[in-house]
Order: sequence, then C-alpha cells, then structure tokens
Amino acid sequence: MDLRKVSFKELSQAVRTKEISAKEVTQFFLNRIEKLNPALNAFIAMNTSALEDAQKIDQQIAKNEPVGPLAGVAFGIKDLLCTQNLRTTAGSRILENFIPPYDATVVERLKKAGAVILGKLNLDEFAMGSSNETSYFGECKNPWNTEYVPGGSSGGSAAAQASRMAMGTIGTDTGGSIRQPSSFCGVVGVKPTYGRVSRYGIIAYASSLDQAGPMVSTVEDAALSLEVICGHDHRDSTSSQRTVPAFSTNLKPSVKGLKIGLMKEYHTQAHLKPDIEKTYLLAIEQARLAGAEIVEISVPLTQFAVPMYYLIAASEASSNLARYDGVKYGYRAEFKDLSSMSLDDFYCESRGEGFGTEVKRRIMLGTYCLSSGYYDAYYNKACQVRRLLRDQYIAAFQNCDVILSPVTTSHAFKIGERVYDPLTMYMNDIFTTATNLAGLPGLSVPFGVSDEGFPIGVQLTASHFEEQKILNAAAFLESVSGTKGRTPNVY
Amino acid sequence: MIDQKTIAHMAHLARLKITPEESALYQEQLAKVLSHFDHISEINTEGVEPLVTPSEIELYLRPDEAVKEFTTEEMVSNAPEKNGHLFKVPPVV
Repeated sequence: MDLRKVSFKELSQAVRTKEISAKEVTQFFLNRIEKLNPALNAFIAMNTSALEDAQKIDQQIAKNEPVGPLAGVAFGIKDLLCTQNLRTTAGSRILENFIPPYDATVVERLKKAGAVILGKLNLDEFAMGSSNETSYFGECKNPWNTEYVPGGSSGGSAAAQASRMAMGTIGTDTGGSIRQPSSFCGVVGVKPTYGRVSRYGIIAYASSLDQAGPMVSTVEDAALSLEVICGHDHRDSTSSQRTVPAFSTNLKPSVKGLKIGLMKEYHTQAHLKPDIEKTYLLAIEQARLAGAEIVEISVPLTQFAVPMYYLIAASEASSNLARYDGVKYGYRAEFKDLSSMSLDDFYCESRGEGFGTEVKRRIMLGTYCLSSGYYDAYYNKACQVRRLLRDQYIAAFQNCDVILSPVTTSHAFKIGERVYDPLTMYMNDIFTTATNLAGLPGLSVPFGVSDEGFPIGVQLTASHFEEQKILNAAAFLESVSGTKGRTPNVY
Repeated sequence: MIDQKTIAHMAHLARLKITPEESALYQEQLAKVLSHFDHISEINTEGVEPLVTPSEIELYLRPDEAVKEFTTEEMVSNAPEKNGHLFKVPPVV
C-alpha cells in the first residue's frame, strides 16, 4: 500500500482490519516530515503525542471498540485552529507561545473520527495574505519549485499536502485562502457554505467570511472530510442546523445534464495568463462533451468584490484582533516597571511589537473604515452592496447549477515578487472573494499544468448548501484532467 | 484625506505603536487602497439593508445549564505575568 496515494476510505478500512496499524501510518508521515519539511517549512509545530494518539486508535480496534471513518488518517492542521496542549500561533509573534486549553470543533470532530493530528501548518499571519510570506515563522515554499510561493494564507496546508507530508490537511478560507493555494500546489481544496463548519476554536480573522475546509489529494477524500467536519455546533451561533448530506456516498463523477454557468464578467475583466485560459477553456469543453449545458450568466457586482472584501475583512479584523492586548495571553512587550506604565502604552507597545506589518496595515484600514464619520461611507455601504451581490448570485443560480471559473490569473509566483505592493497582492483574490462575500460553497480542483510545469486549478461554485453539486462536477473534472493525484517527482 | 494626523489617530484608536517609517508607508499604501474603495460609493444602495451574515441563521437556544469546562489553572496557564490566579497588569485607575 502506497501511503502517499491511498484514499482515506481504503486506509481507514485497512486500519480497521489490522492490515496496517495507525501507528505505522503516523510513523511513515513523521519520517517524511523530518526528511522534507526543512526545505519547505510547511509544518511549524509537531504533535509530540502523535504516535501515542495513533496507538490509542489501534488499542480501540484491538478491543473491538468502534472507530470512526477516518481511523488512522494522518492530518496536518493550519495553525489558525486551536489544538489542545499543542502550540497555536496564527503565524504570529503575538501568539508565539500560546498553548490552547481546548480543541477547535473541527479538530474535535477529526479526532472523534479517528484521525491522528501530526502537527500545525504554516500560514500568513492571522490568515492575512495570499502567499504565506507574512508568517512570523518564515515563508513556506511551493513543493513544485521552492523559489515560488505555495499561495496563501493556507500555504503550509497546500505545501504539506502536495508533498504528501500528511494524508490530509485542514485550511481556512476568508477570501480564497483554501482555493488559491490549492490551485498553486495542485491539491483539492473546498470552502464550504458559510455556516456548514463550526468556527469555534478557529482564531477569528473576519467572522462573517471565515470557513475551514479540507485540502486533500482527491475529491473523494474531500467529500469524506466534509462529512466529518460539517455540522451544527451550539458553541458557534452562526453554525447551520441543516443536516449534513452523505457527500462521499452520494458522490457521482458526472456533469451530464448539469447547467454550468460561465461568468460574463470574468471574461471581460480579468487578464488571464494564456496557460490559465487554456486550462479553463479545456475544462469547459470537456464538460460540454460529457453532456453539460454551458450557459452565460452575469454577476455584475463581482467587479467590486476585491475592494468590498478588503474593506469588510479589514473592518472585522480590526475588531477581532482587539483582544490581543498582552493581558491574559500572548505577547507582552518587555517593561521595566509595570506599576509606572500607562495602560495605553502597555497596549500600544505589546501590539506594535507583536503584530507584523500586513496585520497592522489591515487593522489600521479597518479602524479607519469603522471610525466615526467614515462608518456609513465605508463599512455600512460595503455591507449594503454585499446584500446586492448575494442577491445577484441567487438570481444567477436560477439559470445554472454550478459556476465554473478560474481560481487565479496565473500560476504560483516567485517569493518576494509581489510582497511590496499590497494592491497587486490583493488582486490575487479576484476570482475567489465574491464567494466568501455571498457565503457560497466553492472549491478548487487541479485540472491543468502551466507551461512551466506548475499545477493549475479550476473553481466550482454553487448555491448555498449545494456542496454535492460542486463535488460531483469536480469529481468528473478530476477524472478527465490527467492530473489526478499528481505530485512533484521528488516527493 | 489620509494625512499623518489621521494615521496617528487610527494608530491610537487601534492601540498600535507604529514607527515614523511605518507611518509614512501606511499613509501611502492606505491612500491607494482607499481610493480603490471609492468605486463602491457609486453603487445605488438606497433602501438596501446591510448584509452581515451571508447565509441563513436560525435562532438556536441551548438549555441554561452551567458547565465547568476549564479549571482556573488552565485559564491562567498562558498568562505573561501572574500572581497566583491573578493576571498582573499596569494600573488601570
């Protein structure tokens, strides 16, 4: 059994029938991490109890106790999700030594399903970024070419998955942070409908946009992961009470009779690199040949999605990050004498030293947009336009089942190439942010290869809670892509 | 629109200490980003209710039961400075 290629379903079956032990599986990936991580910097903390945790699964099986559908599956978790007794940093100095006393709901659910947590994965600081270059713990590298970014903010997850340092990974997506790195690294990444996955225990960036999701090697594995992590959680008041469908059992790799919408705006506004366009057009053609009906749709307000996203996300972030004050946890600046300090200086210095440049920039931006005199013109206005955007999507989905689009305008870019111009960096998200604003489910599935050998993904979006439709269409595209399960040769 | 005074005011509201270099950088960058936002002001939103939560939210009430989830030790375990179970801070009065 090649543990780099086996599906979650097959592996957990093999563990249940004692063909292989969870401990062996975990050891295999720990060995890979030891060998491969120094060059990639995907993992930034390791679970020192991983083998022990795996052994517990084996012991349960030995006693004929039931184990879950992910028994023995080794996962890496983006370091934005709290893991009990395992350092969680959000990629920031301000949480450099933070040890959560609890697990995020997503982590709880994975563990209950029998998964073993290998460690924590690198990310842009507080999930703010599209290249994993803002992490306090150093850049993460793209396994396809280590001079290139893996994308962000879930860069560590994408890199670990592409190089098979884990069987599965979890990322989060606020404006594209699962889908863009998935495309850059050639893995399957799903952002569920807002409310499908509990945000309890996920360090908040923008509370009305954040969602966690799987970043894995195949659509089948993504479907199974979603079944495990989705579901109502009374500890998250935005968590949906809708039943979670059996995504993996219902998975049908077909687009026959499916109405696939192509956004008029993406053709006229975005400047796609030729190999991205070629891949996108090929995906459309393959779908058409397999019986899909291709229709043109229009969501005009998507042309404002990037500024809307940054305005809303920065505003929410400025509020969410106010809690990092050096009082109860997190970084506190060195002070000679607390008793003669002003509280303001205490906060300003701790936060000024603890946060990185991009985070501070977004906090400043958000503070401005929410401040007296500007709230109506900026934040409130953006929220009004957000409703209109969502309504336009709902109308568009009257005429199609799923929307097919590119994920990015180009393949992965070089480290350092875009970091000095925030606006250029922000435009990376042109195809992904509208999905978060509207709360829709979206995924990236690898489909093509760029002229320089980098993976290229295509994106599928559906109406609220219609993940099955995008999973089915993605499973079809995966089957005809010729790139299913493709990894860089060295791995 | 965005001058040094505004940057200083925002930094104060956000309780962020920024260097003069950072201040100059942010002034330039924020002005650029904000001008990008100005396009949004042209959209007609008369009578439109702002949207904050993008998908349906059903009111969910849980039983009013006290649950002890953490010990006091766990709650102060990440304290940068503490005195027993108390967090040490500068004077607040």
